[in-house]
Amino acid sequence: MSVAPAAIAQHGLSPAEYAEIETILGRAPNHVELGVFSVMWSEHCSYKSSKRWLRLFPTAAPWVICGPGENAGIVDIGDGQAAVFKMESHNHPSFIEPYQGAATGVGGILRDVFTMGARPVAILNALRFGSPKHPRTRYLAAGVVAGIGGYGNCIGVPTVGGECTFHPSYDGNIIVNAMTVGVVERARIHYARAAGPGNPVVYVGAKTGRDGIHGATMASAEFDADSERKRPTVQVGDPFTEKLLLEACLELMASDAIVAIQDMGAAGLTSSAFEMASRGGLGIALDLDAVPQRETGMSAYEIMLSESQERMLIVLKAGREPEARAIFAKWELDCAVIGTLTESGRMVIRHGGVVVADLPIAPLVAAAPAYDRAWIATPPRAATVNAPPPPSIRAALLTLLASPDLCSKRWIWEQYDHMVMADTVRRPGGDAAVVRLHGSGKALALTADCTPRYCAADPVMGGRQAVAEAWRNLIAAGARPLAITDCLNFGSPERPEIMGQFVGAIEGMAEACRALDFPIVSGNVSFYNETTGSAVQPTPNVGGVGLIADLARATTVALAVGDEVVLIGANAGHLGASLYLREIAGSEAGAPPPVDLAAERRNGAFVAQCITEGWLAACHDIADGGLLVALAEMALAGDTGVTVVPPRLEIPLFAWLFGEDQGRYLVAATSANAERIVASAAAAGVPAVGIGQAAGKDLTVSDADTISLSELRTAHERWLPEYMAATPEASEG
Amino acid sequence: MRAGVIVFPGSNCDRDVAVALGRSMGRPPVMIWHGTSALPDLDLIVLPGGFAYGDYLRPGAIAAHAPIMPAVVAAAHAGVRVLGICNGFQILTEAGLLPGALLRNAGLRFVCRDIHLRVENSYTPFTQLYEDDEVIRIPVAHHDGNYFADNATLAALEDNDQVAFRYCEPGGEVSAAANPNGSLANIAGIFNRDKTILGLMPHPERLADPALGSEDGSRLFDSLVATLS
Amino acid sequence: MKARVHITPKAGVLDPQGKAIQHALAALGFAGIDTVRQGKVIELDLADTDPGRARTRLDEMCRRLLANTVIEDYRIELPA
Repeated sequence: MSVAPAAIAQHGLSPAEYAEIETILGRAPNHVELGVFSVMWSEHCSYKSSKRWLRLFPTAAPWVICGPGENAGIVDIGDGQAAVFKMESHNHPSFIEPYQGAATGVGGILRDVFTMGARPVAILNALRFGSPKHPRTRYLAAGVVAGIGGYGNCIGVPTVGGECTFHPSYDGNIIVNAMTVGVVERARIHYARAAGPGNPVVYVGAKTGRDGIHGATMASAEFDADSERKRPTVQVGDPFTEKLLLEACLELMASDAIVAIQDMGAAGLTSSAFEMASRGGLGIALDLDAVPQRETGMSAYEIMLSESQERMLIVLKAGREPEARAIFAKWELDCAVIGTLTESGRMVIRHGGVVVADLPIAPLVAAAPAYDRAWIATPPRAATVNAPPPPSIRAALLTLLASPDLCSKRWIWEQYDHMVMADTVRRPGGDAAVVRLHGSGKALALTADCTPRYCAADPVMGGRQAVAEAWRNLIAAGARPLAITDCLNFGSPERPEIMGQFVGAIEGMAEACRALDFPIVSGNVSFYNETTGSAVQPTPNVGGVGLIADLARATTVALAVGDEVVLIGANAGHLGASLYLREIAGSEAGAPPPVDLAAERRNGAFVAQCITEGWLAACHDIADGGLLVALAEMALAGDTGVTVVPPRLEIPLFAWLFGEDQGRYLVAATSANAERIVASAAAAGVPAVGIGQAAGKDLTVSDADTISLSELRTAHERWLPEYMAATPEASEG
Repeated sequence: MRAGVIVFPGSNCDRDVAVALGRSMGRPPVMIWHGTSALPDLDLIVLPGGFAYGDYLRPGAIAAHAPIMPAVVAAAHAGVRVLGICNGFQILTEAGLLPGALLRNAGLRFVCRDIHLRVENSYTPFTQLYEDDEVIRIPVAHHDGNYFADNATLAALEDNDQVAFRYCEPGGEVSAAANPNGSLANIAGIFNRDKTILGLMPHPERLADPALGSEDGSRLFDSLVATLS
Repeated sequence: MKARVHITPKAGVLDPQGKAIQHALAALGFAGIDTVRQGKVIELDLADTDPGRARTRLDEMCRRLLANTVIEDYRIELPA
């Protein structure tokens, strides 16, 4: 019996991939087996278009405990502790049902972290929506934000930071990436490598329903119209159950009963069982009749492919089942032995007492397709642009501060409980969030960064910039940058120009990671973010983690009256691909600002040294919108005015104020320390120049313009709430 | 002072309030699992914030029927001090230990931010280290904090000095703009008639540590320690 | 026996969700809506066969758990 070409196509498999399956099995797969191959060889699980390029990332450093390949990356943070973190996408589900899509995205990334034994301590997100003018944008933004909050608030992990920007390229494909950071005692780290034939395979958590079964399989002829209706494709999150699962897992992990553990995320039971067995070189005998089920009459195919949320698969040490059962019973969760590890190297699945699938694990995983997709480099853009001067500095600054990308995101982060766990030292709105390591004087600094318009203009430079900005944000917060996770969001890898963006971004990111000693320890790739041939801007979101060894050295962005402001880094007034150009001149032209990685490292090291010396009263990195926007943010945070006295300029004033040159910081200090900073910078070969002083209640640019703080604040705070309230949140546009 | 924190499935501020109480008491409180039916000998029972039972049905509704709750109600009637914060306040109203109810926020969104509170009655075991009309800064973080009671209940609360805190401007003015959730009369927290039970939506445990920016919340726990030790 | 319990906000209790729905409907051009109140429906499958006894038990369930009578009214619906 062979499989019809239509069924193969419906499972997202190419004819060549199908032929490989028949070679591996020596026969045609049955329906269940075809489903298993389909999800294991999907882009999402196999990274078939991306893995040859992901190998370019530097992933090692003396402080890296676990790099890519596990559920999340792990770095050493001293005192016997480790930070566990990862970022992941939930773009497509969030576009279909923004609340549940975003909520289950948060739920999934939380499980990736606590499955390794870590207690999650922070959530971040990176959100990219379509044009504010697009009729669906408001509905999607409202739903996504509510969904992220709904899940994180309930489970009680603070959502402390992130990014939210808007661009028409996301009209048909929003980007919803969530990152979780957890902390674990090194001795309690748990991995997902099965070991010990005879050990029981245990299912814990919520029951299995027909949620989110692989879309490609929906049209399969085996299902009648009625079962079609019963099968929801949208997964619904239950943060309450996840909270119980979190506490129950951590309670069980406090003993040594667990051999291996992995969450059932995408492709559910299939991927968790295959991946754990594959890592350990073992087989599993699975009995689907023992799987806790929410619905009646589920087929083996449905059970294997269900993406029901809040479930985990555990390999226990034989004989420890009663302990596990008692803990999960206390938390009112299912706990069922559904299989046994074997030495066969095969996944043998029984349902109704009959073997419904018998697959060799190593060939299935090892032979997963890997493609060297055709790619063409993104053509370079002109290095210089014709940027017109603004009507006035004042008008330009107010426009920028009120623009969708730069305006205050308070409307968003006030819907997130960003303080639960009572360790959030620096709340959202600054450079990086700072979360104290519970019960200590140390902290983690956390940030999520990417500038998609730079990546669209020059993927290599944009990739560099995303990593450099994350590094810079951590430096500015007073942290030692440790490592990053990423979520690479692109269009279809089957188009050479998209693949070229992907290859370029990876090249740039890898260069920056190497130059800054900032390895990538975990990540995720999301392709096919395009609709009818129109792709999103390349969006390699980067999540950075740094360590603040002494909380007393954590910085603030808030200026205080009397502070002298010093600009660190060279200011060439680069306006290509800048927000100034886009918001004031209506142009997205030009090359992005170059990222000189040696200067980046030198300037960052210098700022870190100033922080260690205790010279800085405040510190802020200069990013989107340039120097004056960064200074306005510092003034607003400190509720004090500031007067800028530009040095002698060889470029137009507006370019100096709004250019987006990289590797720059604004630091604030007493005048004595400001002198020390400028002198030390000269010795270190770092450009540094005093540019003004904090005083009064206005932001003044000498000989140009004066704007009151209250006017700045109104402009900065007003846009998003007014936009979100402008029309009712009707269900769909 | 002997203090116990009740842990419901879905509580998520139990650790936070235990840390804050521990700072004031000099030792940690006892953590009490909701599934037990007997309480140890206590001077203070705390119902912490969170989403007990996922806030399903209504916030606090299912927790109010947890196995431990008859013992909590009995202890409260016997005069043991009871403090309910956020979800704990919701549970206290559902359990009938405090009057009124907490509805969905008027703005319909979850709201997490620092707000200002005016201390309305500093002559209680919970508030004695504050001054009357003092303005303190404490965070809120809730979706259902919109205090409602019928007119008679509201009048009785006012007549008996049962309003503990009201949402106010930084200068102390009680205004609609300072009200984060639409609560009647800007009520943020109330006592029972005997001032032995306090429920409040704001989280004093979240600003009870100088590293987090303020110790305005600590004095509530310090007040209890001073009264009950 | 299948039963339904309809729970609605009491008259006089502010219903911000109902108000938001009313506002949204008006913005979509549905005129002439005086009030909107949002409640919830709870469906129960009971072992009882006697409607009178079922109603008594449901009434107790509503008072003790399903509705908060400070802010909510309830109505029990049993098969005729």
